[in-house]
Amino acid sequence: MASLVGSRVERKEDKRFLTGKGRYTSDINIANQTYAIFIRSPHARAKIKKIDTSKALKSSGVVDILTGEHIAQDKIGGLIAGWAIRSEDGSEMKCPANPPLAKDSVNFVGDPIAVVFAETLDEARAAAELVKVDYKVLKAVSNLGEAMNSEAIHDGIDKNLCYDWLLGDRQKTNEAFDKADKIIKLDIVNNRLIPNAMEPRACVIDYNTASEEITCYTTSQNPHLSRLIMSAFGGVAPENKLRVVAPDVGGGFGSKINLYNEEIVCSWASKKIERPIKWVAERTESFLTDTHGRDHITHAELAVTNDGKFLGFKNETIANLGAYARVFGTVTPTYLFGPCATGVYIMPAAYSNVKAVYTNTAPVDAYRGAGRPEATYTIERIVDKAAMELGMDPIEIRMKNFPTEFPFKQTLVHQIDSGDYVAGLNKAKEMADYDGFAVRKKESESKGKLRGIGVTSYFEACGIAPSPVVMMLGCGVGLWESAEVRFNPTGQVTVYTGSHSHGQSHQTTFAQIAADELGVPIENIDVVHGDTDKGTFGMGTYGSRSLTVGGIAIVNACKKIVNKGKRIAAKMLEASPDEIDFKNGEFVVAKSNKKKTIGEVAFASYLPGVRDEVKSPLPEGDEPGLIESSFFDPANFSFPAGSHICEVEIDPETGHVKLDKYTAVDDFGTIVNPLIVEGQVHGGLAQGIGQALYENAQYDDSGQLITASYMDYTMPRADDLPDFNLGFTCTKATTNPLGVKGCGEAGTIAATPTVMNAVINALGGKEISLPATAEKVWKACKEMKKSNAKAA
Amino acid sequence: MKTFNYHSAKDVKEASKLASSNSAFLAGGMTTIPSMKLGLASYKDIIDIKRIKKLTGIKVSGKTVTIGATTKHSEVASSKDVKKAIPSLAALAEGIGDPQVRNRGTIGGSIANNDPAADYPSACIALNATIHTNNRSIDAEKFFRGMFETCLKSTEVIETIEFSIPEKSSYQKLPNPASRYAIIGVYVAKHKTGINVGVTGAKSCVYNDKDLAGALTKNFSSSAIDSVKISSSGMNSDIHASSDYRANMVKAFTKKAVDAC
Ligand SMILES: Cc1cc2nc3c(=O)[nH]c(=O)nc-3n(C[C@H](O)[C@H](O)[C@H](O)COP(=O)(O)OP(=O)(O)OC[C@H]3O[C@@H](n4cnc5c(N)ncnc54)[C@H](O)[C@@H]3O)c2cc1C
Repeated sequence: MASLVGSRVERKEDKRFLTGKGRYTSDINIANQTYAIFIRSPHARAKIKKIDTSKALKSSGVVDILTGEHIAQDKIGGLIAGWAIRSEDGSEMKCPANPPLAKDSVNFVGDPIAVVFAETLDEARAAAELVKVDYKVLKAVSNLGEAMNSEAIHDGIDKNLCYDWLLGDRQKTNEAFDKADKIIKLDIVNNRLIPNAMEPRACVIDYNTASEEITCYTTSQNPHLSRLIMSAFGGVAPENKLRVVAPDVGGGFGSKINLYNEEIVCSWASKKIERPIKWVAERTESFLTDTHGRDHITHAELAVTNDGKFLGFKNETIANLGAYARVFGTVTPTYLFGPCATGVYIMPAAYSNVKAVYTNTAPVDAYRGAGRPEATYTIERIVDKAAMELGMDPIEIRMKNFPTEFPFKQTLVHQIDSGDYVAGLNKAKEMADYDGFAVRKKESESKGKLRGIGVTSYFEACGIAPSPVVMMLGCGVGLWESAEVRFNPTGQVTVYTGSHSHGQSHQTTFAQIAADELGVPIENIDVVHGDTDKGTFGMGTYGSRSLTVGGIAIVNACKKIVNKGKRIAAKMLEASPDEIDFKNGEFVVAKSNKKKTIGEVAFASYLPGVRDEVKSPLPEGDEPGLIESSFFDPANFSFPAGSHICEVEIDPETGHVKLDKYTAVDDFGTIVNPLIVEGQVHGGLAQGIGQALYENAQYDDSGQLITASYMDYTMPRADDLPDFNLGFTCTKATTNPLGVKGCGEAGTIAATPTVMNAVINALGGKEISLPATAEKVWKACKEMKKSNAKAA
Repeated sequence: MKTFNYHSAKDVKEASKLASSNSAFLAGGMTTIPSMKLGLASYKDIIDIKRIKKLTGIKVSGKTVTIGATTKHSEVASSKDVKKAIPSLAALAEGIGDPQVRNRGTIGGSIANNDPAADYPSACIALNATIHTNNRSIDAEKFFRGMFETCLKSTEVIETIEFSIPEKSSYQKLPNPASRYAIIGVYVAKHKTGINVGVTGAKSCVYNDKDLAGALTKNFSSSAIDSVKISSSGMNSDIHASSDYRANMVKAFTKKAVDAC
């Protein structure tokens, strides 16, 4: 049997998705269910004076209306930050309480304060309009740059500052800067993004009045984690009385990591009203209340020698947490951002200082790439600026500062196990026909257009494990992953994983690796995930960790199966276990033709006996059955890397940026399924390009989200994108047996700086801020024309 | 969505009779239904006019192209007759929204709605359109009154829109990157009788830019408008485009249109 790892197996999940047979949370209906509508604050900051539900309660079909008072009476806990970050001065971060329904004050537009349950959705909506809320409106803090000088929005949190964090050595960095020939300075804003998963958030809750068990169907990237938080912090029910199921989930990108207000409220309320509850977000609710991404203001400095060697790097960033600190909210702008800010380079000295602040905006949390896109944007923009100021080629300056020996100890945290950055950039250069750019630029100019080329080299740190390291850094849980592999007596295999698939195709990739390990046809392998009642505990999917952590747990569980199988086969074949070879699904006695298939062994393990004889195929001490589980905690993060090159053509009359060519060369170690990996890169690139050219979440001064629909929030579309030219290099990860590295976020991480470097290159080095909208680019073109005219 | 009465009218007469100041005609529903769902509009009566055969279809005769009010954007876009007689009009229809919208939205609904960023109103202006209703014929220049405002009475049904076939014409649009409505749309048409420059997206209502048309009448080339000053006062301004940018784009897109003629 040929190995499936490395082959373009078509996605097992496509048939059901493409024929409309996916089963999403909102497809689930439970007899006698009620419908929930949340009443949300229309103000960014206000005190709640009074909530009057009397009229609404009398409205037709209303079952109940619950408010923050009820939540407080029942002592239901709130939402939490999953990582504790310490400030430079040693003090702990400051987090406000975040009750599931606000009782005293609201802190962003969309903050929920009450919920109506009714027999129909229309009745719930009609009743919600009758709930009267008396607010005392306060001045909102909506501007990130001014947040630290504004009134404190949470009691006891001075300057709205959650923490003032430092990673690295200021003094050593200052000394390095003293030796510099030149210091490059850059001020950037990392624009706020709204994740926009295609499926809005939803939950359906079923309370079983007999067993007192709550089942919560929800749109989650990590159902076990949601159960843990809802139980341990929410106090909704003990974990054994709580089942969380995340069925098909239509995209997450980080926005479905968090356990949200609605799931806690509906789970708690279902028990209270003894009725099932269904809640499905409307698109506007998604815009307003899904966690947002990015939103940094950064000042960076790079110390260089005249011949382009890097000496030191400073990163001073203000990060927006929004109104509350959520699960990955506090770690995204620190440990997921700070270390990667020095890029793929040898950087003798560096520090990252991040001040995370609260504002009256939606909470900001992990969004595809989480911290690494912000870091890569910072370093890759400043490296390009350095190349320009030194009159060097952008590829030359990067090559000059790449490490060439691995493992490579990166400046701030990471010990990078493997990589070949030179090979990646060389390959990208060739695939992009970098040397032919000058000719293409001339051609564009002859049509009155400007053409620019942009380069980015990146590494990123994903997987987000091992547990002792992440817990040392402040994580509230260990970030291992688990798997269980079960053989049925008749030979099919069910693989249970704690990872969750919401677009990543685990059903295919995980089946491929199990098929290779067990020698079972892929059709006979099912991958089950997303249900806390099935399989062992799981930490979920984010940080490109499914394959590098979850996949390896499957490999290890399969290896245990094979080991037990060897013992059973040996007994059946009257040989000793170390004489048995396992290959292509068969246990073979060495140098003989005596063999048993793994199916026969599985069968025997469940039926350990024969008629008329007392005889078992099970060796002494082995129990019946063929089921094994594994918890995998890798030795380190995973470090994918690569180089991307793109070209843009700009119409100076209108400012329109056409993305003309895009080449991505990535090193993801071993690739299990190139088809799926290419898909991940494509999607990632689209989102990174979205940040560069289109997407921008904007709040006005009063804290109203003015990009709360697709009429105003610009998503990248297929016709905005060119054909992507993808290539791969491979240095295997040394920290897992497959040699795999994460691939889910790389496209997003690299694309934003690649596109912006190209735009700014076309503009002759004139800085513009993200996103490069037509009007901004048009203005820059006009100024360029003026200054060119002056020069001439 | 609030409850309402649904009627399916069998002919224009019945549709008009059912109509009141508290009703809407349902053509493509691409504007009416979303605004009802969002709670921005509510009506007592919804009068479906899609079953009225007379209101749909495309006819080319000599100097004009006549399009029935409930003809869909996709039908105009793919019509061989329109493509031949006024290719720029078919191209305009092809550039509206997305395939789903084009498969439902209608020309009558579009101009009755008179969204300041809609495409068709500029065509009506540039192509000297006459809007035929169940009780009168209205010149395009008089039809569009202001933001979402026309001279239609609430019981009046648009039956057909009759466009003059120009010698040359082109519609050039700068789409809003999010919604793909027009930030600016400029429709330049050269008729025997004169030149029109229909501009949409720029102001609260579509208009014929007489300065640009005047310059082009003297010399029909893109350089002819170099010296025309376009003021940004009265121009729309939003997160996607300031009034200054819009003013400049009116000129840039007029040039593109002239070059494409
Ligand atoms: C996502 C999206 C994108 C869009 N993008 C664009 C775009 O890029 N450019 C653009 O120009 N438009 C755009 N539109 C608008 C669309 O093209 C429709 O033309 C428009 O919504 C109105 O047409 P309708 O047939 O859907 O009218 P309806 O919604 O059915 O009706 C709209 C109004 O017109 C009235 N009406 C309809 N027919 C008649 C008639 N025969 N006589 C009198 N009154 C009538 C109704 O009473 C109602 O008040 C977009 C719409 C959507 C939803």
